[in-house]
Amino acid sequence: MTTSEKYVTAAYCVVFAVVLVYVLIMALKLQRLEREVDELAERVPEDDAEETPREPARVG
Amino acid sequence: MGRTARIPLPALAVASLVLVTTALAFVFFVVPNDANQGFSQRIFYFHVSIALTAYACFVGAAWKAFRHLTKQDPDADLESYVLVHQGLIFGTLVLLTGSIWAKISWGHWWLWSEDQLVLFLVLFLFYCAYFMLRYSVDPGPRRANLSAVYALFGVVLIPVSFAAIRLAKGLIHPVVFTRHGPNFGGWILVTYCIAQAAVLVLAYTLYRLELGGKRLDGRLRELREALA
Repeated sequence: MTTSEKYVTAAYCVVFAVVLVYVLIMALKLQRLEREVDELAERVPEDDAEETPREPARVG
Repeated sequence: MGRTARIPLPALAVASLVLVTTALAFVFFVVPNDANQGFSQRIFYFHVSIALTAYACFVGAAWKAFRHLTKQDPDADLESYVLVHQGLIFGTLVLLTGSIWAKISWGHWWLWSEDQLVLFLVLFLFYCAYFMLRYSVDPGPRRANLSAVYALFGVVLIPVSFAAIRLAKGLIHPVVFTRHGPNFGGWILVTYCIAQAAVLVLAYTLYRLELGGKRLDGRLRELREALA
């Protein structure tokens, strides 16, 4: 592998790594949100949960 | 809600994957080596695409900020914030890939004498300060208004950056887009266009993903307060 090939590989690896870290952070955040939704669902009395119509959350 | 906001996130993720893979295949297997720079010129396809995407994010953030200030659009502040964040992520990639390219081509990681590099760094640091401003003010209309005004000021730096590059003399950083169009054609242009489309779609996918997470976070906070 020549020097310029090494540098080009490094540049593309950097791009891939940054995007991967970003997606990882987002995945961890979504996990936390899921946990919080579960906690809130436990706090809502069962009768209320059955009667209240649920509006779908707007995501994305 | 815009027409593009109706595209499902999984479809966008698949489109990003297909486009990025196609772009990489073109960069490494289709496009020929550059006559002057050889193999190292292949950084250009993603470096320039990422730079233009970062600019697009900052322009988008300014547009959303303008909508927040003029139409009092309730979602615009959050959208503007997410776009600035995206712009900074892509800005970081521009600085990193640019430094690697500079090391191969010029033998230096960074040159303070190059206006294009320094002006991009100024733009990048300006938007870093956006977060310092935003988080120094309590959440509410005041924070949204201050952030919107700051994002609008930032967008002025983009044409200044472009103009200064073209007015400066003795540059070693190449100028690939002139008044007469791009300085390249054939497979290089085709590959660049695919790479640009790939990075733009990837940026939009990440924007939608982050925006979705932030909206969900906001709704959960409201629910928690209502239940308290």
